[in-house]
Amino acid sequence: MGKILIKPEVCIGCHLCEIWCVVAHSRTKDILKAFLLEKPAAISRVIVEERLPVTFALQCRHCSEPDCVFACISGALYKDSASGRVIHDPEKCVGCYSCVLVCPYGGIIIDQENKKVTKCDLCEGFEKPYCVSHCPNGALVYADQEKGGV
Amino acid sequence: MYSYLLPEFAIERKTERCIKCRVCERQCPVGGHKYDPDFDAMFSYEEVCVGCQRCAVFCPTGALCVQPHSSQYRLNYSWSREKLQDLKKQAETGGVILTGSGNDKPYKVYWDHLVLNASQVTNPSIDPLREPMELKTFLGKKPDSLEIDLNKEGFEIKSELNPNKMIELPVAFSAMSYGAISYQAFLSLAMAAKEIGTLFNTGEGGLPLEMREKYGGNAVVQCASGRFGVDSEYFNCASIVEIKIGQGAKPGIGGHLPGEKVSFNVARNRMIPEGTDALSPAPQHDIYSIEDLSMLIYALKEVTNYTKPISVKIAAVNHVAAIASGIVRAGADIIAIDGIRGGTGSAPKIIRDNIGIPLELALAAIDKRLRDEGIRNKCSVIAAGGFRCSGDVLKAIALGADAVYIGTSALVAMGCTLCQKCYTGKCSWGVCTQDPYLSKRLNPEIASVKLVNLLRSWEHEIKEMLGGMGINAIESIRGNRDHLRGVGLEGWELDVLGVKGAGE
Repeated sequence: MGKILIKPEVCIGCHLCEIWCVVAHSRTKDILKAFLLEKPAAISRVIVEERLPVTFALQCRHCSEPDCVFACISGALYKDSASGRVIHDPEKCVGCYSCVLVCPYGGIIIDQENKKVTKCDLCEGFEKPYCVSHCPNGALVYADQEKGGV
Repeated sequence: MYSYLLPEFAIERKTERCIKCRVCERQCPVGGHKYDPDFDAMFSYEEVCVGCQRCAVFCPTGALCVQPHSSQYRLNYSWSREKLQDLKKQAETGGVILTGSGNDKPYKVYWDHLVLNASQVTNPSIDPLREPMELKTFLGKKPDSLEIDLNKEGFEIKSELNPNKMIELPVAFSAMSYGAISYQAFLSLAMAAKEIGTLFNTGEGGLPLEMREKYGGNAVVQCASGRFGVDSEYFNCASIVEIKIGQGAKPGIGGHLPGEKVSFNVARNRMIPEGTDALSPAPQHDIYSIEDLSMLIYALKEVTNYTKPISVKIAAVNHVAAIASGIVRAGADIIAIDGIRGGTGSAPKIIRDNIGIPLELALAAIDKRLRDEGIRNKCSVIAAGGFRCSGDVLKAIALGADAVYIGTSALVAMGCTLCQKCYTGKCSWGVCTQDPYLSKRLNPEIASVKLVNLLRSWEHEIKEMLGGMGINAIESIRGNRDHLRGVGLEGWELDVLGVKGAGE
């Protein structure tokens, strides 16, 4: 499994990672349609934390011992042993937000519209997470552990 | 006072493409874009826009177009829009108008009136991809004659040699200080210079302690009129020591780094209190003559134990050839000559736009004068000021330069768009600012790769051009004006340049 490394020293706080996360999780994968046409619009699973001048983009850390999984009352969150990802199954999610309470990073995003949560899935199906490939300043780095990364 | 100024730029927003992501708002350091939650719409404030194009480049949907504002006064060839705006600006402020970057006025760019030669029929051209091509350049004093001792093992050079610095290609980064540019930009230049095997120049801002061991071998350290950041370790960690007399963008005047830009680290490097203005006097107050210059040159040679070439950088002005001759006789190993299009982080606009002479003429005059006096070997000549491409570089070398300094080209490679607002400290590209929120926009890992790419591409192009001329070493074109021809130049210009007109 890969991991997204965060480099706050070069994060410029542009929030383009959030924009492209929305596109990656939209139906059409087209930026104009994702924002102007799709209803409801997809939700960004990455959040840029800001206390200027410090900014950095934060998404689920896919912890090895994930508190959110232990706290999940419905079994919607689980750690996939094969890929190492922490996966969220919206079908099972009951919107109790226990995971939101326990996540030490704020990596679980509330989906107000559907009264559920959502979170980073490392852009399954893409070669690299969209936030990483679209960061204009190299502030997000995808380290693929299988290929000798961190 | 109500301002009568017209906006310089127009911001066009294609609303059908705008997704209100507010990237433009966050990227603009002067507040040119604002999101209004009541209208749920983005608005532009054109009066503050400097045309840096940061928003247009970062807009993920291509919804923005920033272009010169179409509002015009009545067309007048004498009283241009710029002249009128400047008058109004001065009427409103009572101050000297500041600007950044190099001279943007339509003085003749001689590079655009010089063309290079190529081989046809009578001599073969060379394919640099198949045959070796030498761009190595040695900077420093060369001996008057070379005495060698032939023996069984080969040969031994008997003449005493002076310290020289070898660079892999005749292009180095010109003086841009940490303080004028951001630490990130400064570090990027150092990283690229090391990777390529050329030089970067510290300007008058000192060399940060943590960079000395790793990058000192690629550093030209400056000793300028403010003597900021100067001590013996600073000189001894570097490859070349440069005495800065003048700068092409502002000949005859000093520098002024405003206190707002003197952050803790800048202050530490310059050895001045944090937040105080760093004032570089107009002259070096211990140099009022060639004899005084000689004393400083030899003081620096003493301090570095005669192990490093000493360079003297001057702006191109009247009688530059005679001045250069004096500098060589004062003991300088390198002369750096900065022409009227040389850049700056801050200069009075009236000085930048009106003082100095074009580099091309100055360079040709200096090379000719030093040859005529038989002292050309005693120094290397580095040309600086407005090199835009490898063609300009090769033409300069054919005119007699040993190497060139590039400043603006390097900054543009890192992101600069020549908006000329360097002096405000609000560079949106993170190049010319000390604001930590802005300077981190320049990632040295990315910027240094861009600089390396730039130099590598110029290296390839220079080799291709040399090959076309049937030349396999940069030494063979140095001062070889027979490979240049002038187009659209008058007789006196051809005389000063020492080149024939095309067709001759």
